[in-house]
Amino acid sequence: MVGGVDKPRTIHPLFVRVTHWVNAFAIFVMVLSGWRIYNASPLFDFEFPKDFTLGGWLAGALAWHFAAMWLLALNGLAYLAYGLVSGHFRKSFLPISLRGAFDDVLLAMRGLLDHAPGRYNAVQRLFYIGVILAVIVAVLSGLAIWKPVQLQALTAVMGGFETARRVHFFAMAAIVAFLLVHIGLAVSVKGILTPMFTGRAEAPR
Amino acid sequence: MKPRRSERLSAFRPQIARLERRLFLKQGLSLGALSLLSGCTLKDDDAVDRLLMTMSRFNDKIQAALFDPAKLAPTYSEADVTTPFPFNAYYEEKDVPLIDGERYRLQLSGLIADKRPWSLDELRALPQSSQITRLVCVEGWSAIGQWRGVAFRHFLERVGADLTARYVGFKCADKYYSSIDMPSALHPQTLLALDFTDAKYGYPLRLRLPTKLGFKNPKFIGEIFVTNDYPGGYWEDKGYNWFSGS
Ligand code: HEM
Repeated sequence: MVGGVDKPRTIHPLFVRVTHWVNAFAIFVMVLSGWRIYNASPLFDFEFPKDFTLGGWLAGALAWHFAAMWLLALNGLAYLAYGLVSGHFRKSFLPISLRGAFDDVLLAMRGLLDHAPGRYNAVQRLFYIGVILAVIVAVLSGLAIWKPVQLQALTAVMGGFETARRVHFFAMAAIVAFLLVHIGLAVSVKGILTPMFTGRAEAPR
Repeated sequence: MKPRRSERLSAFRPQIARLERRLFLKQGLSLGALSLLSGCTLKDDDAVDRLLMTMSRFNDKIQAALFDPAKLAPTYSEADVTTPFPFNAYYEEKDVPLIDGERYRLQLSGLIADKRPWSLDELRALPQSSQITRLVCVEGWSAIGQWRGVAFRHFLERVGADLTARYVGFKCADKYYSSIDMPSALHPQTLLALDFTDAKYGYPLRLRLPTKLGFKNPKFIGEIFVTNDYPGGYWEDKGYNWFSGS
């Protein structure tokens, strides 16, 4: 414990906090403008409600999407670089174990899962790694459908233009599914949201 | 594939009239979920619009840098061609211009040495080539089509166009207009297409370049000009990204 038992300790490094909230903003812009772009030519038998989209019409939505993609990609690269180089990923996300996640889910269902500040449980670790991968897939499939000629090797890896469109959609769906759980827990589990801004655990254990 | 329930570009017309150039926020942010979450309505639309336009110009530069003049778009076989090929314009199919091929003359202007107009027969006398490529629409759908005509590079060289100029612009019989960058105009797969499935896709002359989105492939071309002054375009002036490369 860095600051002694009585002083609150830093459980979220500043770099992680800043990139997390920049990422949250970028993801919201990408998802909401993406829904508006989807509506211009729906892949499936539904459209997103217009009031929950960003951009007003197709050109506006595309302008948001192609502006925020830089924020998402550059901020994401910074976060990945920091996580790998500083050892943050190793310390916070490893080890992962399906067995551990399974046990934690059982504990959570019985209301016994502790949320220890500064330590992610096994389910969180799996989910965080999962959503990071989903964002990477979303970015790569997005590049594949943005530049199917210049980046045709990438488009081919994604299964061709039409398949890449669907990959892009399902990456978005995975991110949104994660967010429903993630935001739900962040606002309902006591004492975890504030530290994501301040970095400090609220009460030392 | 043709979208089942798409908003055709034509469906935007009433909206466009309302939104004109300040299009990004009016209905998006002020009603949208983001303002509910942030509690902020971002009344100052213009500042956000300007930021988005600046980013769009930045993306033009990035795309121009990413454009590889030697990289060819994937080609397909005749069996892959999408039938029926989707019709798409800013107006309904019944409103396509009907042009008399006998009397048709392609006009040339701007930085071109020989501005003599071209008849269809004269264009057909030039070497023809054919391609089967994927057309990607800005709306998200794509379709594979076949086009045949004159390599645009050959035509530009033939008429003595200034190949160091920045833009090639197009004025069309359906009041549509657009423009592309010179490197894309000179790409080996950029065609001045004379033959395609049906007259409604741009008879008698259209541009076909698989290195850009569908709306950068003007149809019913009446005039081609070469210039260094940014000519814009019908959709581009309403806020679509200008370069729109694939
Ligand atoms: C309003 C939106 C969001 C809220 C309220 C929120 C809240 C939080 C909180 C409270 C934590 C710390 C959890 C803990 O200490 O146990 C956290 C961590 C995390 N969140 Fe979010 N989040 C949001 C959006 C997002 C988005 C959009 C993503 C990704 C697409 C995301 C991915 C992550 C990841 C990967 C971590 C772990 C960060 C690390 O330690 O490196 N979050 N979030």
